[in-house]
Amino acid sequence: MKLSTPSRIALRTIALLYLTVLLAVPIVTILWRTFEPGLATFWASIRTPAAISAFNLSLLIVAITVPINVVFGVVTALALVRGRFPGRRLLSGIVDLPFAVSPIVVGVSLIMLWGVHGWFGGLANLGIQVIFGLPGMVIATIFVTLPFVVREVEPVLHEIGTEQEQAAATLGASRWQTFARITLPAIRWGLTYGIVLTVARALGEFGAVIMVSAGFPGVSQTLTLLVHSRYMDDHNVHGAYSAATLLMFLAIVTLLLMTVLDRKRPAAQSAALPATIAPAPTPDPAEDTPRSAA
Amino acid sequence: MTLDTTTAKGAANRAAPVAASGDGAKRRPPPLLRSASAGRVSGLTLGVVVLWLSLIVLLPLAALTVTSFSDGWSGFWAAVTAPVALAALWTTILVSAVVAVLNVVVGTLIAWVLVRDEFWGKRFVDALIDLPFALPTIVASIVLLSLYGPNSPIGVELNATRWGLIVALAFVTLPFVVRSVQPVLIEVDRDVEQAAASLGASNWTIFRRVVLPTLAPAIISGGGLAFARAIGEYGSVVLIGGNIPRETQVASQYIQQQIEIDRPVNAAAVSVALLAISFATLLILRFFASRGQEREEKAT
Repeated sequence: MKLSTPSRIALRTIALLYLTVLLAVPIVTILWRTFEPGLATFWASIRTPAAISAFNLSLLIVAITVPINVVFGVVTALALVRGRFPGRRLLSGIVDLPFAVSPIVVGVSLIMLWGVHGWFGGLANLGIQVIFGLPGMVIATIFVTLPFVVREVEPVLHEIGTEQEQAAATLGASRWQTFARITLPAIRWGLTYGIVLTVARALGEFGAVIMVSAGFPGVSQTLTLLVHSRYMDDHNVHGAYSAATLLMFLAIVTLLLMTVLDRKRPAAQSAALPATIAPAPTPDPAEDTPRSAA
Repeated sequence: MTLDTTTAKGAANRAAPVAASGDGAKRRPPPLLRSASAGRVSGLTLGVVVLWLSLIVLLPLAALTVTSFSDGWSGFWAAVTAPVALAALWTTILVSAVVAVLNVVVGTLIAWVLVRDEFWGKRFVDALIDLPFALPTIVASIVLLSLYGPNSPIGVELNATRWGLIVALAFVTLPFVVRSVQPVLIEVDRDVEQAAASLGASNWTIFRRVVLPTLAPAIISGGGLAFARAIGEYGSVVLIGGNIPRETQVASQYIQQQIEIDRPVNAAAVSVALLAISFATLLILRFFASRGQEREEKAT
């Protein structure tokens, strides 16, 4: 099907116009509005005590979430790939669930479980405050980022098989040695990719975290909550623009990292890029393979 | 969980011809190696995984569902059909449907331009498509407000209107259709199109009869994912939507409000309704995908 030059240019114009109006102009506008009062003003507004504390809290949540997700993510991926047990597909479906649940619903569910009147409300009597405290924000972040490491490591485990590990075992390596010397090096790029996705989502999560955070400036505000409260509560529009611009830079760095890492992964996985970042269920790789191959 | 179990049988049937394409779990290892202990999953590991997933994912959702029915079925029904709740659900579905259709049309067009057209800066435009997935949703909200909000530099103020909701949701769902159609369009066999052209078919006929049927599964799946995403979206609409009950308040905002005024049962009930809608959407998508696959297998 060969289009005439005028109609080709018309289609191109529509596509570019849509992207300009929806993406390019708003992004240029926010950058302009952020930096128009000068670089010093921008710097000052992201160095206020509340902003620094928000930045630190976001990093702290990432620092707690990532190791937990790595350990349990790799174990879950191993179980899903290597295990032969009834209900394996059910378990795989549960891993995808967080992609299908609205962030607000995540927050409400956690309140119903961990809140003072929730199922585990008794913890409050022991002095452990989950909801409206750091543990709640961490649990919310773990919920929404749970699938990333599992879904990135799983296809690599499928691909490498178990021959090398069995050889190592035959030669007398312990389980731990086999894992550290054979399995871990093999899955490292998939794992790194999963970690990058986890970090990006953990830094950017808003809906689930705002539901379980007390939201006090300087205490329990993450960067995303800071953007929201500066705009809604303080009517500090420029402050909100500055904080959003900072988050945008972090997001673009992540995007660049992902593009670089994407080249290091096996080619078959690359197609899954958009699906894995989005909070939507990724099709089971076992089902996805034939479709992309066809 | 329901997402997978329903298609489990179909997938198992499909697995036989598929095994060669790398589905390691379904391929039985040679008997000699099966006795080796490496690479097997112990009961302890499995227990840890089940416990972990239950604690993080299943228990909260179970607590949500049980709370939503704590006043019985009638309490649940009353909470979901309260006028403001119903209006919020209706706004959510309406706006999400509009955004899904918009994505289907414009997303396919953008994918077409990115694959079949050549122009300066195409790679940059291609990279730009992923940006909405990488940006935190609250940043998307602020980015759009800086142009379409109060004191808009171009004089277009969309905040607190349904158009504002549509723009915000179109922003965050942009990549779905583009990224699902693009790879299919690259793989399309262009000989068929040339054959149709040499037989005298017009461009429109070729598009309708040859190209569109090939792209349809990808378009439907991209549009469906965009719809499912839009249904639950919160961060990107929270600032631009205005949260006006019965007008621009979406379901997620209504839920948040009910928690704030301490009506947990209402919040839980509408949450369950929202979950049901997105699960239904994803189930329908799975159904379409597996049916398309079966047809493909019959053809080969």
